[in-house]
Amino acid sequence: MPISGLFLLIGGLAALGYLAGRRRAFAFATPGRGARHSLPGHYGVHVALWCAVPAGAIAAAWLLAEPRVIDALAAAGLPDAIRNLPADRLALMMEKARNLAAGVVQGGDAEPAVAALAARFARLDEIGRTALIVSLGVVAPAGLFHAWRHMAPDFRARVSVERAMRVGLFACAAVAVITTLGIVLSLLFEAARFFAAVSPDDFLFGLAWSPQTAIRADQIAASGSFGAVPLFVGTTLIALIAMAVATPIGLFAAIYMTEYAPKRLRAMAKPAIEMLAGIPTVVYGFFAALTVAPALRALGAVLGLDVASESALAAGLVMGIMIIPFVSSLADDAIAAVPRSLREGSLALGATRSETIREVVLPAALPGIAGGVLLAVSRAIGETMIVVMAAGMTANLTANPLEAVTTVTAQIVALLTGDQAFDSSKTLSAFALALVLFAVTLALNFAAMAIVRRFRERYD
Amino acid sequence: MTENTATENTGATRRLARRRAAERRFRLYGMAAVGAALALLALILGGIAADGVSAFRQAEVRLPVTFEAAAVDGGDYGVLIKRALKSLFPEVRGRKAKRALYALASQGAARELRRMLLADPDIEDTTREVWLPASDDVDMFVKGEASGRIKADQATWIAALADDGRIEQRFNARFFTAGDSREPELAGILGATVGSLLTLVITFAVAFPLGVGAAVYLEEFAPRNRLTDLIEVSINNLAAVPSIVFGLFGLAVFLNLGGLPRSAPLVGGLVLALMTLPTVVIAGRAALGAVPGSIREAALGLGASRARAVAHHVLPLAMPGVLTGAIIGMARALGETAPLLMIGMVAFVVDIPTGPGDAATALPVQIFLWADAPERAFVERAAAAILVLLAFLAAMNLAAVVLRRRWERRF
Repeated sequence: MPISGLFLLIGGLAALGYLAGRRRAFAFATPGRGARHSLPGHYGVHVALWCAVPAGAIAAAWLLAEPRVIDALAAAGLPDAIRNLPADRLALMMEKARNLAAGVVQGGDAEPAVAALAARFARLDEIGRTALIVSLGVVAPAGLFHAWRHMAPDFRARVSVERAMRVGLFACAAVAVITTLGIVLSLLFEAARFFAAVSPDDFLFGLAWSPQTAIRADQIAASGSFGAVPLFVGTTLIALIAMAVATPIGLFAAIYMTEYAPKRLRAMAKPAIEMLAGIPTVVYGFFAALTVAPALRALGAVLGLDVASESALAAGLVMGIMIIPFVSSLADDAIAAVPRSLREGSLALGATRSETIREVVLPAALPGIAGGVLLAVSRAIGETMIVVMAAGMTANLTANPLEAVTTVTAQIVALLTGDQAFDSSKTLSAFALALVLFAVTLALNFAAMAIVRRFRERYD
Repeated sequence: MTENTATENTGATRRLARRRAAERRFRLYGMAAVGAALALLALILGGIAADGVSAFRQAEVRLPVTFEAAAVDGGDYGVLIKRALKSLFPEVRGRKAKRALYALASQGAARELRRMLLADPDIEDTTREVWLPASDDVDMFVKGEASGRIKADQATWIAALADDGRIEQRFNARFFTAGDSREPELAGILGATVGSLLTLVITFAVAFPLGVGAAVYLEEFAPRNRLTDLIEVSINNLAAVPSIVFGLFGLAVFLNLGGLPRSAPLVGGLVLALMTLPTVVIAGRAALGAVPGSIREAALGLGASRARAVAHHVLPLAMPGVLTGAIIGMARALGETAPLLMIGMVAFVVDIPTGPGDAATALPVQIFLWADAPERAFVERAAAAILVLLAFLAAMNLAAVVLRRRWERRF
């Protein structure tokens, strides 16, 4: 690829700049030329940075902007008859021409309009590429020259290099903020497009969920209704089942391991339980769908109960297993943080160990435990693969754990896998669901952190 | 204590007995909880191992194939297999029965013959005993999975072949060397494994430098102000965002806005990099924070600048901890499925991807696809793929532990 070659060229030039700059800086140290401010390496890096950074920035900006600019220019030059085509036809034509120009497809039997457009694409591409090469050919040596001219024994190369380094490090740290912002904005933007078609009231409080919309106006498909309450209920149901499994097991396991277990058992059991957190969720999904669900169904048949093959119970139980280590390790931390003196005071008053734990240790550790449980709930409602594989796909407003329900995450996957037009209400509704999911998990996490922070270290 | 005092204090004794019983019960609950957690772990791993181990072996049929030049020139290798089967069971008559007979061999067997002939042209017009893959139904039947897809006459043929030593379960090398396929007996995990590997390379290349840079900034340089607080809150918040939301972000930003290719490990790697970034940053900060201040001060005291003290002394000492965190983050990324579904790495891809821009799938996604397939043989392969995935994860976590044990300095 010629573009990567270009980057290599810039990198090579920068490396040469580094070596030359360092060499020249060594010469500064010869007697009679004054003291040198920085180490030779600093001068070298200074030269290299001036060579590579502006050129690299231009190249990166070009890579990002190029497809858009070329599309706009190519479209602007089209005859009116073609420009007035419907938007999707035009997009199809552009795509065909682009593939033709890129040589992805052979253009033996292309329509003349497409062929002309392809030629235009190819020419614009050529112009853009030449412009990039010329501008880089100017900018990179110019930067090199600029840095070279500024080299002098009293030039503070170290200060500028370290300033550049700090800016670079700050940029790394800023990626987290940019990502957060990007997530929020992209969800908000796409959800806003959805809410332009469906009112937020209908979405948040509607009781019917059937996102199959008609593709053409004359189709008599389902009208498409986007009432998300069944999904919220399904998500809550499965999360409740999961917590009903994970909270007692996780909590009692944590109590046993901090308060009772001999050291050697603890050293073996704790990592083993934490292995549950390391198992990929798709494995849990496999287990839920192919082992637990059929077993529950068979059990239901024996007991005379009608268990759906994709019951909420199967997904919830397995999700509970997945959550156990979250609850147990956070509860473990909270219990271990309770000072020894509290336990000893209680034991000295004649309480048994279990009474001490129930009456003294657990109340003291409660904020940490509650925080851990909230974090676990947020994991449970954001969990995707288990419910995609083991829970149902059709919305069903029920609180019966033996029936099939669907969840927010399972619907997001159902809505967005497979090929479909991106801007239909159906696909956009996935972003509205994701926005709700994001808001709820965020709120739960903040609540958990607030509880922990507020009640932390009360027993110092 | 005598009998007498015991009866006098009978209320107290009974209370004490009750309290001791409560103590024992409580302790039992704890043991039961630990036991339940361990039993569930064993159940999941054991169940999947039991399901999946059989996929490492695959039923093959030994057929006396005559590589007839006439058929080979026409490119019709399937007919060779049909003739070989017919020679073994000359009594089979009628179209339906014949079709049932031919269905014993895999559709991929013809391709296998072609490959053999290309590798060794001398075998043309000779008859060789050749081991060829059996169809998935035969495979399941031989493994004792009654699926009802093998009819009575087919079962007798299989029994006859088995008596002749012509059907055997042999090591399933194809599982490790082939891409996905519509036929379970021909499907392998190499394509998905390579896809996962390419994705992880991108993830590491993006998340590691960014994560280390962010950790160094926050731990060593960041001033105490609102902006720094904002960065810290963002990182903690990103760590708690459900993975599927990252997938939607990737779909909206990298695919729709950025115009990057769908289904490509490049995009998958970028999305997973953003997802693992908090893990790397948090582990990196912990490792940097564990380096004692005296190291920094000694470097500064000898005239090094802050940047030099960090780059030459603090960071190298913290590196084992940083790498440990990165490996654990990579292990999490390797097992992640949901975000990859969102960016289209869920397509049916037969070819082994050669670069990060190719359409590819990943190991966990392959498991998801196979687990959903109606054929029992695919489900077995999904379990086997899980075993491979778990082996990779175990190796990565072991590497992290070894790294920590061997190189982490405690001050």
